[in-house]
Amino acid sequence: MSNPPALLSVEDLSKSYGGVHAVRGVSFALQAGEILALIGPNGAGKSTCFDMLNGQNVPDSGRIHLRGQDTSGSKPRAIWRLGVGRTFQITATFATMTVRENVQVALASYQGQLFNPFASMPRFAPAEAGRLLELVGMGGYAERPCGELAYGDLKRLELAIALANQPKLLLMDEPTAGMAPRERIELMRLTARIAREQAIGVLFTEHDMDVVFEHADRILVLNRGSLIAQGSPEQVRRDPQVRAIYLGEGLLYDARHRDGAGA
Amino acid sequence: MAFYFVQFLTGLASAASLFLVASGLSIIFGVTRIVNFAHGAFYMLGAYMAFTLTERFSGALGFWGGIVAAALVVAAVGVLVEMVLLRRIYHAPELFQLLATFGLTLMVEDLVVLIWGPNDLLGRRAPGFRGAVDFFGQNIPTYELFLIALGPVVLGALWLLFQRTRWGVLVRAATQDRDMVAALGVNQKWLFTSVFAVGVFLAALGGALQIPRDAVNHAMDLRIIVDVFVVVVIGGLGSIIGAFVAAVLVSELNAFGILVFPKISIILVFAVMALVLIVRPWGLFGKPQAGARRTPGLTVTPWRPLTSNERLAALAALALAAALPLIGGNYALTVGSEIAIFVIFAASLHFLMSVGGLASFGHAAYFGLGAYGVALLAKLAGLPMIGCLLLGPLLGLLGAALFGFFAVQLSGVYFAMLTLAFAQIVWSIAFQWVAVTGGDNGILGVWPEPWAAGAAHFYWLSLGIAALAVACLRIIVFSPFGYALRATRDSPLRGEAIGIDGKRVQWTAFVIAGTVAGVAGALFAYLKGSVFPDSLGISLSVDALVMVLLGGVETVSGAVVGAIVYKALSIWLVSQTDWSKLVLGGVIVLIVVAFPKGIVGILETLRHRRRSALPKPLAPGMESAG
Repeated sequence: MSNPPALLSVEDLSKSYGGVHAVRGVSFALQAGEILALIGPNGAGKSTCFDMLNGQNVPDSGRIHLRGQDTSGSKPRAIWRLGVGRTFQITATFATMTVRENVQVALASYQGQLFNPFASMPRFAPAEAGRLLELVGMGGYAERPCGELAYGDLKRLELAIALANQPKLLLMDEPTAGMAPRERIELMRLTARIAREQAIGVLFTEHDMDVVFEHADRILVLNRGSLIAQGSPEQVRRDPQVRAIYLGEGLLYDARHRDGAGA
Repeated sequence: MAFYFVQFLTGLASAASLFLVASGLSIIFGVTRIVNFAHGAFYMLGAYMAFTLTERFSGALGFWGGIVAAALVVAAVGVLVEMVLLRRIYHAPELFQLLATFGLTLMVEDLVVLIWGPNDLLGRRAPGFRGAVDFFGQNIPTYELFLIALGPVVLGALWLLFQRTRWGVLVRAATQDRDMVAALGVNQKWLFTSVFAVGVFLAALGGALQIPRDAVNHAMDLRIIVDVFVVVVIGGLGSIIGAFVAAVLVSELNAFGILVFPKISIILVFAVMALVLIVRPWGLFGKPQAGARRTPGLTVTPWRPLTSNERLAALAALALAAALPLIGGNYALTVGSEIAIFVIFAASLHFLMSVGGLASFGHAAYFGLGAYGVALLAKLAGLPMIGCLLLGPLLGLLGAALFGFFAVQLSGVYFAMLTLAFAQIVWSIAFQWVAVTGGDNGILGVWPEPWAAGAAHFYWLSLGIAALAVACLRIIVFSPFGYALRATRDSPLRGEAIGIDGKRVQWTAFVIAGTVAGVAGALFAYLKGSVFPDSLGISLSVDALVMVLLGGVETVSGAVVGAIVYKALSIWLVSQTDWSKLVLGGVIVLIVVAFPKGIVGILETLRHRRRSALPKPLAPGMESAG
C-alpha cells in the first residue's frame, strides 16, 4: 500500500510484561524528512515502543523495517549502522571528554576507525567535528569539558553526536525534557530545520504539547498500548477520542465551567 | 557407594561455614553497597579469637560460650571499623571501598601473627561432638553432622530476622532503596552499623566453628574470601538463599572435584562459575545490578597528549634514568631493573583501570603467566632469550583472553571479585600442578644470556622495554580505541548508540593489559632467575593496585610515578621492618581516606589551581556569572 518505500515501517508491534500489554498491535510508517510525534499519557507504552525501535527491547511479535531491512530484535549498534541517530531522555554523553572529543568518537566509529592504532584522536576529523558543533550552535564550546556543560547544552551536544553518522532517521526520546521553555523551542526549531534540510526522518516522544503541535508533521497517539489516533496536528486536536482520553483536562475544564455556572 | 555418600556429607559440612561468611558478605553489600574484602579477615579473627577463648574456659559451656563470645567480640571490632573507616568512604567510588577493605585485610594478617604467632594452632574438639558415626564401614564425625544441620538453621533464623522483625524490614527496605529509607526518617548511620555488625558476626561465627575441624592459621582469610567470592558470584550478590545454594554447590564441587581431578580440583568450580556467568551474569538468585554508579569525585579535566616541552622533559628523565649505571653499583642496578619492570606492570593495570574503568584485583595472574611462559619456554623448549621474551608474554595474552572474556561480561564489584577469583585459580594451578610448574619449588635457573647478563645491560633492557611499553600505552590512550574504551566507561548507553561494541572493546583492553603485564613478568623471570607461584599471588595484584592508586587513578600515566615511589619505598620498608603488610595496609587505607587523587593527581590539581589563579580576561558570557 505504501508505494514509496517508507524509511521506517512498523507492523503490528506487540510487547507484554507478564499480563500487562504494554504495546499491542501498533503499526505506522515514517517517510524521509517527516517529523512524527509519538504522544500519549504516562504508561501508554511510548517508552516500550521506542525501546523496541532502537533495539533496547525485543518485541514479542510484529515487524520493524528500517530502510527495507528487518530490524526487529537487532542490537542498538546494528540499528545505528543502518543510519539511525539517537538522543536520550536523560542525556548520555562522555563526561570526561571535551565537547569536541565527544563528537570525534562518534565520527571515528562512523568511519570504522575505532581499531586503527595509528590514528590520533585529538587530531581526528577536527573540521567535520567543528562543522557538526557549529550546526547545533556549540561551536564556541568545543574545548570545554563535557562534564561542565549546562543541561540544555548537553542536549545540543547529543544532537551533534547523533548526527555524526549522517543519519536518515533520528529517534529522540523526550528531546526537551528538563529544559527551560525557551530552550525547548530553540532545540526543536533547530532539529526541525536540520531534518528538513537533510531530509532526515524524525520520530520523537514528547510531553509538551506546544512543542508537539508546533513541529510535528504527523502525530501518533498511544493509549494503553494501542494506537488510538494518528494524523495531522489538526486532525489529532479535533479527534474526540483523543480529547476524551488524552486531553482530559479539557473535559475537566468544560465540566468545571458547567458546574461553575450553576454555583 | 557409602564412600560417595560420606564425601557428599563432608561437602555439606564445609558448606556451613562458607554459607555463614557468604551470607554476611551479601547482607552487608545489600545495604551498604560495599563489598567487604576484609570479610575473610573477620572470619580468620573469629577463628583465632575462638581458639583463645575456648582454651581459656573449660567445659561444654566454656567451649560453646567461647565460640559465640568470639563472634561477638569480632563483631564489636567490626562496629569499630565501620564507624572509624567505612563511614568515611560510603560515598567514595567502588574501587576505593574495595581497596580500603583490602588494606584492612593486609593489616589483620600481620596483626594475627603479632598476637598469636606464625604457627598453625590446633583447637579443641567440640564437647558432645567428639565421636563419629559408623556408616557402612565409613566414619562420619558427629561434628560434621552438627555443621550440616547448622546451615539450614542459620538460614531459617536469618529468614525470621528479615521477615519478622522491624529491623529486618528496615534492612530489606534499605536494600531496595536506601535513600528512601533515609528520607523516611530512619537513622541510616546506625542501620548501616548494625547491618555491618551482623555481617561480621556471621563471618566470625563461621571462622569460630571451623576450629574443631581445621588448624587455625594466618592464610585462611584469603582462602575463604576467594571461595566466598565464587559463592556470591554464582549465587548472586545480595541474596541469602543464593548464598546457601551456591555454598552447597561449591562445597560439593570441591568435595567431588578432588576425586575427579585430584591435582587441579579447582577447575571444576571454575567451569561451573563460567557457565553460570554465561547463562545468568547476575548469579542464580541475584538481580541485575542497577546501572553502574557514576564515579563521584571524578575530576573532569579532560586528558591531553604531552606538549612538545613535556615530551622533552620525559625524554630527559629517561636519559637521566639511563645514566644510573654510571653512578650505581650492582645492587642499585638490580633495584632499578625491578622498578622498571614494575613500571611496566603498573602501567598495564593503570590502562585497564583509569582508561577502561575496570579495576582488576587479580592482575598478577597475567604477570605470573608471562613469567611462567618464559620459564617453560627456556627450560622445556630451550628457546633463546629473545624468543622467550617475545613468546613468553603470549601466555599472559592467552590467559587474559580466556578470563577477560568472562570478566568483561560484568562490571564494578563483580568484575573485581571475578578477576581475583581467576587469579587465585591460576595460582592454584601453578601451586598444585607440580609436574609442570614445580609447585612451590618453582622453576629455577632461568638466567639471561651473556649479552643481557650484566647488571647494567639488564637494567638498560628493562628500562628500554618499560619506556616502550609506557609510550605504546599512551599512544593507545589517545588513539580512537582509547577513546572508545573511555566512552564505554563514561556511558555504555551512548557508546552502544554510536556503534561501539563495548564488551569487545573492554575485552581487547583486557587482553592488551594482560599482555603488557606478561611482558613485565617475562623480564621479572630473567631478573630473578626463577619463577615461583608468588609471582601470580594476590599480594602482587594488590601491589599493582596500590601503585596505580598512589600515582593517581584519574591521570594518564600516574602509574609510572606510583610504581617508582611505591617500589622504592617497599624495598626500603622490607629491609626495615618485619611487618610490611601492616604498614602497607595502613598506607592503603590512608591514601584512600586522605589522598584519593594520588601523587600525580595532586600535582595536577596544584598546577591547575595555580594556572587558574592567574588573572585572565573573562570569557564572553562569564561576566554575569561573576
